Amino acid sequence: MSTFEKSLDAKALLANVLSDRYPDERGRFGPFGGSYIPETLVPALNRLKEGVKRYLHDKEFQTEYQAELRDWIGRPTALTHARTLSKRWGCELWLKREDLAHTGAHKINNSIGQVLLAKKLGAKRVIAETGAGQHGVASAAACARIGLPCTVYMGAVDMERQAPNVGRMKLLGATVVPVTSGDKTLRAAVDEALRDWVTDPNGTYYCLGSAIGPHPYPYLVRELQSIIGREAREQMLQRTGSLPDVAIACVGGGSNAIGLFYPFVKDTQVQLIGIEAGGTGTGLGQNAASLAYGKPGVLQGCYSMLLQDENGQIQETHSVSAGLDYPGVGPEHALLQAAGRVSYEGIEDDDALNALEECCAAEGILPAIESSHALAGARRYAKNNPGKKILIGLSGRGDKDMPTLQRTLLVGKI
Amino acid sequence: MPTPTKPSQQISDAIRAAQSQDRPALVAFLTGGFPEPDHFHELLCKVADVSDVVEIGVPFSDPMADGLTIQRSSRAALAKGISLKWILNTLQSAKQKPKAPILLMSYLNPLLAFGFDKLPQAARMAGVSGFIVPDLPHEESDAIQTALHAEGLALIQMVTPVTPAERLAMLCKSAEGFVYAVTMTGTTGKQVATPNEILRYMDSVRAASNVPVCAGFGIRTREQVQAIKGHADGMVVGSALVEVLERGEDPIKFLKDLK
Repeated sequence: MSTFEKSLDAKALLANVLSDRYPDERGRFGPFGGSYIPETLVPALNRLKEGVKRYLHDKEFQTEYQAELRDWIGRPTALTHARTLSKRWGCELWLKREDLAHTGAHKINNSIGQVLLAKKLGAKRVIAETGAGQHGVASAAACARIGLPCTVYMGAVDMERQAPNVGRMKLLGATVVPVTSGDKTLRAAVDEALRDWVTDPNGTYYCLGSAIGPHPYPYLVRELQSIIGREAREQMLQRTGSLPDVAIACVGGGSNAIGLFYPFVKDTQVQLIGIEAGGTGTGLGQNAASLAYGKPGVLQGCYSMLLQDENGQIQETHSVSAGLDYPGVGPEHALLQAAGRVSYEGIEDDDALNALEECCAAEGILPAIESSHALAGARRYAKNNPGKKILIGLSGRGDKDMPTLQRTLLVGKI
Repeated sequence: MPTPTKPSQQISDAIRAAQSQDRPALVAFLTGGFPEPDHFHELLCKVADVSDVVEIGVPFSDPMADGLTIQRSSRAALAKGISLKWILNTLQSAKQKPKAPILLMSYLNPLLAFGFDKLPQAARMAGVSGFIVPDLPHEESDAIQTALHAEGLALIQMVTPVTPAERLAMLCKSAEGFVYAVTMTGTTGKQVATPNEILRYMDSVRAASNVPVCAGFGIRTREQVQAIKGHADGMVVGSALVEVLERGEDPIKFLKDLK
């Protein structure tokens, strides 16, 4: 155990988590979080902090935001009882259907909120990074809706494996910039978006897509995504009369997971499980499971758990799912792990693909490969804990994954 | 016996010495171990002979404040196994010592991985005078500053054209060694013009600061050096020098021509 881990007092952290003390004024989630950014961006982040304080819980902003959630995104999203999988897995399985949100994933909850905020702050253009392409599509759509130009940075590797989303972004009027630096995936796209922002910190709004980055992003994204957990909690109570025994969500940067978990954090009887990308194995470079195998450090603006070598160099990751293929994780997840409130486990590529196939055939739902990690996690949980009521955050639909599925599950079938 | 000058003071002194010769100080940037690890120390000493301060970049996998050139040189150095440890070992073990004060420019994570408990002493032993950490704003710098001060090392502060006046005053007040005045918003290495507003900005930084002010980001030509002269105490030359090395040209001639 490192000195860092010893310095964490899990009990004290948990007490603070349960009384909702994070983030603190400095943007810290316990020891995690903070704001590690070039001096050029300090004024822009200070303006964003002020803007979040002024508008996010302001009545007029909320009215506008809620109207977009209802009339444009189609919220509340459904809670579906997965009848066949429940029988097969020996549990009571409920799916929170973010795949039914406009543009096909939870990402839109955050994008429309941030683009509305960008407009209020007087931004002239919006930039975004994207991994799976869902945040890029959501941001492009939100910008079209609100009337701001949008530029999306996307790793060249991801552009290939999520090709359908590239076309969608272009149709929605966004400029898509291929990123060929670094590892050519999500992390390189974030670096490139930050470089763009540094170039025009006054006129540009950076719409960050996950619960990562410098303060206030992890907080802002959590607040905008918590609609998932709030709706699901109410729907579970209405439909089943009680809370679930466990809620399970996949974790890359961790926006859909924090959105699902946050409203359940104080319900300590509800077990919370985050599923990271286990890739092809436990070695460095074979997965993207930062909480399972990472060490604390600073990447892209915040202090959190990172997959890095002994010299502090960030490692390339692997996951079949572009959306989970990130070497860091949101600081609040690092906190929830340290406090013992959420447990994080890995699911490997093959297991996730297999759960995707099973969900398609049994429930008539094609989930995203990201979300399929949560399904596979639930299947494993049900096997070890029969008869439980399980809530899954089904974060998105799998249409965007067709190029990958054609190279994997569909080989020899079409 | 006189007390040895604190390393952070050595940096200010070196820049002021250039000024007394009526020229802006030259702060040269090299990526650690680039282009050839085996000849790096030799290159460093030669560059130090014609510069007033030398910055050594610790390569990092995610250089978010750097443009394409330094991204490229960092990646090349990493591929050859260069690390902070390698740089410190090389500096410490070499017989010949560079004639100019040495700064390390590093993103925060390699420094965290090395350990703030061991870093200041190791840096001092290697003859390093201070650090520049591009992703560490003042508000997050307490821990490293305390550690560096124990060995008299400087943490160089950056300011930018978008830094509000009040903040500029606050940052300059606590600055050590010199104030690194970024000449533009953007990443390193782009060509920068020297319009009057940049010169006025440089003047305001100088007015707020008790230590010398060096201009950096996008300094490439003798014309720029001439234009900024009189508005700054020194210039940082980074990407342009790395590009000279990439092309296999003579870095010493390039630096001399700038002066």
